Amino acid sequence: MSDTPSTHDATGPIIKRPTRWHIVVFLLPAFIVYSAVMILPLIETLRLSLFNTVDGQSTFVGLANFKVLFGDERWAHDFWNALKNNFVFFAIHMLVQNPMGVALAAMLSLPKLRFASFYRTAIFLPTLLSFVIVGFIWKLILSPIWGVSPFLLDVVGLKSLFAPWLGRPNSALIAVSLISVWQYVGIPMMLIYAALLNIPEEVIEAAECDGITGWSQFFKIKLPLILPAIGIISILTFVGNFNAFDLVYTVQGALAGPDGSTDILGTLLYRTFFGFQLQLGDRSMGATIATVMFLIILAGVSLYLFVIQRRMRRYQF
Amino acid sequence: MSKARTSLTRTSLVHLALISYAIISVFPVFLTIINSMKDRNAIFRNPMQLPSPKTFDLVGYYTVLGQGDFANYFQNSFIVTVASIALVLLFGAMAAFALSEYRFRGNTLMGLYLAIGIMIPIRLGTVAILQGMVATGLVNTLTALVLVYTAQGIPLAVFILSEFMRTVSDDLKNAGRIDGLSEYSIFFRLVLPLVRPAMATVAVFTMIPIWNDLWFPLILAPSEATKTVTLGSQIFIGQFVTNWNAVLAALSLAIFPVLVLYLVFSRQLIRGITSGAVK
Repeated sequence: MSDTPSTHDATGPIIKRPTRWHIVVFLLPAFIVYSAVMILPLIETLRLSLFNTVDGQSTFVGLANFKVLFGDERWAHDFWNALKNNFVFFAIHMLVQNPMGVALAAMLSLPKLRFASFYRTAIFLPTLLSFVIVGFIWKLILSPIWGVSPFLLDVVGLKSLFAPWLGRPNSALIAVSLISVWQYVGIPMMLIYAALLNIPEEVIEAAECDGITGWSQFFKIKLPLILPAIGIISILTFVGNFNAFDLVYTVQGALAGPDGSTDILGTLLYRTFFGFQLQLGDRSMGATIATVMFLIILAGVSLYLFVIQRRMRRYQF
Repeated sequence: MSKARTSLTRTSLVHLALISYAIISVFPVFLTIINSMKDRNAIFRNPMQLPSPKTFDLVGYYTVLGQGDFANYFQNSFIVTVASIALVLLFGAMAAFALSEYRFRGNTLMGLYLAIGIMIPIRLGTVAILQGMVATGLVNTLTALVLVYTAQGIPLAVFILSEFMRTVSDDLKNAGRIDGLSEYSIFFRLVLPLVRPAMATVAVFTMIPIWNDLWFPLILAPSEATKTVTLGSQIFIGQFVTNWNAVLAALSLAIFPVLVLYLVFSRQLIRGITSGAVK
């Protein structure tokens, strides 16, 4: 981060200078746009969560909105359902996407592997596609009308396993999460791949001299060295998942069907704030949900920065 | 001898695993494109077959190009993406230069302030952003989108670019100062050309989420005149759900530019990710 002291103050002893206006000029545009469009609205949203319309007037209501969101029967069911689904969504990413990313990266980084750049290009491709494309392609492929997935399952002799996964309340969330995993596995793969390439040759050679090769080399030597990178992809996954909206919206619509089984905080925020079909948009409750999302993400990021990252051992080469 | 054989089996297993996963990654895209060029019967009867002269049919593309205003959507997406990237790069590089070059009070604080946006998504401020855009009359304009995406891109740009600017030699900048260059010319004429590779990395990282974003176009600029490609195809496909030719053609049209750009730039992109992102 930018808090490392600048090491190149080669100008010698600091001389008292007049105000250096160019520093202001350099910083100002970024500062203004970032503050006006990002930070202030964020603060304003947090503030709005403490207000609600009473008799047509915006009034300070303290934490009443949160009480309604957590406890009122009209809201609480949707909210806890979305929160639970969001944790399931995150858990599937952590259990499937990240180990798979690590495995793919480990295979790609084997020395003298041919076609490595071809594999990399192919596996990273879905990451670049928009959610609209990804969502609809998979909707078509998994659709029982088209019959592509029963056909493919038949090829490997598993046709009996086919079900309209996206249409069933107990499998829809898993199906949507796996689609998202399919799309994003390229990112952990690339970051881990880069981390693996950064391991110096000597370390690997030393391990080989000690007779540590293959699996045990990966688990005993490489894995500990790439733990910081795994930490980074975990927190990126966390932030991305608790902020997700687009894929569920394109695959299952704003109602996140069937029966709300794929509803996550992002879609709940959209429906609440913007309104959908018969439901009217509610600014205060929208701000309340956004605030809860903010607090969850903040908690995750703080946990990472102040606990996990500090405890993690970093190796300097 | 036996060692050589085990390593051969291992290499083949690795290749097998990688090929299988590469096929899983590419197959859906491939399937969409081949079926978009077939007639309706062939789509349903033999989804796995390549289009043959008998089944070749571009009816889906005619529907899409006749119905949707895709040229306009593309233009909107293009304007928004290019304008946002230009502003992110310019403002981000300027701020990164100020933070990495000068010592001043509040430097660290400013760096941390700008870094908040790397972790906290701008989406959470949507309620107030919409309010602000309504108040300033920017709803349903491309300017609203450009502003939001610029703010969204600045944190990561400042972070990556200031890492790179620290590596630009001080002697060069001081030589410029002795020759009487102003701080502005040092930035624009000496430093910017040297960090061009890092700028390319930032441009790619900034571009993908902007081009693919659905949330802000949906909320800030859903009018017909300001729809982006992502939003436009989402709505188009929603209306034509049962016309499979049109849906597949619309998807292929949306994939195509990304696919071409990716195949051209994949090397730089992957190099950028593997060198620049992890610090």
